[in-house]
Amino acid sequence: MIRIRGGCIVDPANGVDGEVRDLWIQGGRIVAPPSPPVSEAEVLDAEGMVVLPGGVDLHSHVAGGKENMGRKLRPEDHREHVRPREGSLRSGSGFTVPSVFLSGYLYAEMGYTTVMEAASAPLFARHAQEELEDLPMVDKGLFITLGNNHFVLECLARGEEELLRNYVAWLLRATGAYAAKVVNPGGVENWKWGRNVSSLDEEVLSFGVTPRKILSGLAESVRKLGLPHPLHVHGINLGQARSAGTTVDTVKTLDGLGGHLCHLQFLSYEEAGEGSSLFRSAASRVATALEATTLSLDVGQIVFGGATTMTSDGPLEYALHRLTGAKWINDDVEGEGGGGVLPLSYDRRSRLSAEQWITGLELFLLLRDPWRLALTTDHPNGGPFFCYPQIMRLLMDRSYREEVIATLPPKVRSGALLPSLDREYSLSEIAVITRAAPARILGLRNKGHLGIGADADVALYDRVFTDGTPCRCAKYPSCRRALSRVRHLVKGGEVVIRDGKIVKEVSGRRLCVVPPFDESLEPRLRKQFSETYSVAFENYALEEGEFPHREVVPCSKT
Amino acid sequence: MTERTEHVTCTFCGCLCDDITVEHEDGRISSVSRACPNGRAHFLDYAPAPRLPRIRGEEASWEEALAEATRILNAARSPLLYGLSSASTEAIRKAVSLADRLGAFVDSTSSVCHGPTGLAMQAVGEPTCTLGEVRSRADLLLFWGCNPAASHPRHFARYSTTAKGRFVPEGRKGRTVIFVDVRLTPGARSADLFLRVDPGCDFEVLTTLRALVREKPLREQEGVCLGGVSLGVLRDVATRLKSCRYGVAFMGMGLTMTRGRDVNVAELFRLVAELNTYTRFSVIPMRGHGNVTGADQVLTWQSGFPFAVSYARGYPRYGPGEFTAVDLLRRGDADAALILASDPAAHFPSRAAARLASIPTVVLDPEESLTARGATVWLPTGKAGIDVPGSAYRMDGVPLRLRPFLAPRRPSDEEILGRLLEEVTP
Repeated sequence: MIRIRGGCIVDPANGVDGEVRDLWIQGGRIVAPPSPPVSEAEVLDAEGMVVLPGGVDLHSHVAGGKENMGRKLRPEDHREHVRPREGSLRSGSGFTVPSVFLSGYLYAEMGYTTVMEAASAPLFARHAQEELEDLPMVDKGLFITLGNNHFVLECLARGEEELLRNYVAWLLRATGAYAAKVVNPGGVENWKWGRNVSSLDEEVLSFGVTPRKILSGLAESVRKLGLPHPLHVHGINLGQARSAGTTVDTVKTLDGLGGHLCHLQFLSYEEAGEGSSLFRSAASRVATALEATTLSLDVGQIVFGGATTMTSDGPLEYALHRLTGAKWINDDVEGEGGGGVLPLSYDRRSRLSAEQWITGLELFLLLRDPWRLALTTDHPNGGPFFCYPQIMRLLMDRSYREEVIATLPPKVRSGALLPSLDREYSLSEIAVITRAAPARILGLRNKGHLGIGADADVALYDRVFTDGTPCRCAKYPSCRRALSRVRHLVKGGEVVIRDGKIVKEVSGRRLCVVPPFDESLEPRLRKQFSETYSVAFENYALEEGEFPHREVVPCSKT
Repeated sequence: MTERTEHVTCTFCGCLCDDITVEHEDGRISSVSRACPNGRAHFLDYAPAPRLPRIRGEEASWEEALAEATRILNAARSPLLYGLSSASTEAIRKAVSLADRLGAFVDSTSSVCHGPTGLAMQAVGEPTCTLGEVRSRADLLLFWGCNPAASHPRHFARYSTTAKGRFVPEGRKGRTVIFVDVRLTPGARSADLFLRVDPGCDFEVLTTLRALVREKPLREQEGVCLGGVSLGVLRDVATRLKSCRYGVAFMGMGLTMTRGRDVNVAELFRLVAELNTYTRFSVIPMRGHGNVTGADQVLTWQSGFPFAVSYARGYPRYGPGEFTAVDLLRRGDADAALILASDPAAHFPSRAAARLASIPTVVLDPEESLTARGATVWLPTGKAGIDVPGSAYRMDGVPLRLRPFLAPRRPSDEEILGRLLEEVTP
């Protein structure tokens, strides 16, 4: 039993905001205070500290085929960012694309205990799972891409809804995945013939379906399977001036079906003016459309400085290659999709970068309900995940935000809505968008809060407030630094960081879903494999027990 | 009683054919079907009966051998871990952990093979695709400096020239096949077009092709021949490359291990990237060893770098030409070596091999290779995909689960490396 003594607890999911009391942990869970009191408990002195649930990152490219291509592509990213081996902890290297062990340590040191790998083609799921096996300190899950999968497209073209649902269930199990995702639905298939899609009603070549049909069909399947997380959507036209229009259309299409719109910042632009080649923020348009629905989003805020873009959106990476001339990786994946990698840097003097930065912050500040929103940088697309505390400060501290805005190009500054937004996030709201909301959006009932029965993932930070009101750090200039590094971290009921030092490496659990499916699917699958795949059907699915530390998150059949 | 196992994956080469049927009886393999000659030998030449380790040629118990191996690694000031490429991914993960713990150099057979391909990728990127896309879509195949008929015999039928696919139902008739090489190899004989390039002139030909693709004005000059290929032929090739629907280039050691190395490969990668202005084009390196791609992957996800890594300072550093095994040995920088699943004594340049013979070596290999025969300690382990489970990565990065069909009678590389990891002092 562990007793976290005298900390200031911020647990918005349970309506707790700055209550000073003890927290008890046993068997990996938060438990009620024992009565009579137990004396032999291990005591973690939290006096003068803020106690938050462990952070939950619901969208991060942290392990798998693309990520590793990014690492391999960029030795220049690693040379000056290294971490020596310490005791039993592994060494590592990398800044925007850190090696796997290093990524786990950095997440833990920031107080994060759950991370979702945001995209793998199902064919490469085994690779992602092998890397996740080596990702220490955090619980983890994998999203698989389905929006350009031939089997899915064919089911939709023929109107075979039940078969589609069955296939989604089978594929999630075969890959040990947690959620279903679409990336540029139809656009990646078209890219294999050098094209893309620019509206939801454009045809996917030789399949006779549209992006709209893919989105609604898959969202419906996911809903009917009762998966804990709705369809995870990376829409069409990402990064382009027409993206806000198609995003609003996507929001309308998904309304009622459910969906999570990821890194929406990259999809909330409009033309800067008639015939202009530049774009500007359309965050307010997108936010208005979202307010009318129950869909959730994560922002994908950019951070000025170096980044590595990596996405399953193949044509997007090629467009970036044409734009910047930077070294470019593309990978077309048979029957399933594709992807690419390209190094990129966000420069505050660049009008495009500044617009992107503004768009993200406007989304954060315009959406009134923090419970539908998660903080992400779409790591490493918008910037590395360890820059989250910088974003927290931008949200909590208006004067700091103004300082940064003042450094942006005047033309961008003058037309923007952002300077007029005076909202400041409270620490409790930060806890919502980094813990409670992402856990709720993911359907992880035991994460993101500190109620009885919750997973004992607890982050303790040195106290970050001085203004007398408990646990509001709005005016506190060093909140960024304070939230950058935990003092202590409890993961799954074990103290893994003590006084800022990792004292124990844990492997973390692998979160997955096992929706029911019907064996009658098999003949069709076999046909699909012989036509499309270069691997045997028998060798495709992960084997039972191929990966340890599995935790099944239940589906709620509706 | 004869047992039959289907859908076995052959780990001889980077094709990782996963449709092999193996028949076995009393722990011995009796027949192998669908495999190429290389693959058949891979299965049939393996005698899975347990063998005792050897210390300086003398048989010893496993405990003695492990103790000696531990002593060698602990005594070394700058040990080298080399090979990796025929081991399972799990064993490679353990090997890289061991290198990290020892502060060792770690390098894979990539460094004498497709290492320059990695450097080219780091310089200019790499538009690529999986082999199933080749089968489904490619209407133009360009083989440059590789000889799949000998090195990857089933490549043509399973993935490329003669395979039938969704958008190329005619198979061979639906594809244009171009071979570029210094000699007419068996595969090149069946090509639609063969370009014989003068040895060492690949870069010149590639640069010219790039210029032609981009429609730079070039003048034929009297007496000037570009690496043995006329401008007219190259013009024709450039037109074909630009006008196909989905092209794929395959490249091998003819580019990576001849003059220019990574510069040759980068020029091909640039050409491929630029062709995407006109059509879709990808490139796939013809990786040799069954899991050499896995060695690249694991080293990259654990250290950040694909090969030629030094952990000597306690953190990973990358140094092709410096921390690559041949260079380390030639300079005399490694004072002990652990060799996993490769045979450097047979394949390295003589100076490097001589140095390897002069330092204490621990060799994990199912076979008594030349390196194993000269080893201080030889540990005869099982063979991934036959009597040891694990995974391997195909040349296009597709990971496959290996399907062992014989009961394990030898310890696996993974177990032995795990033991060493516990025993060595950091």
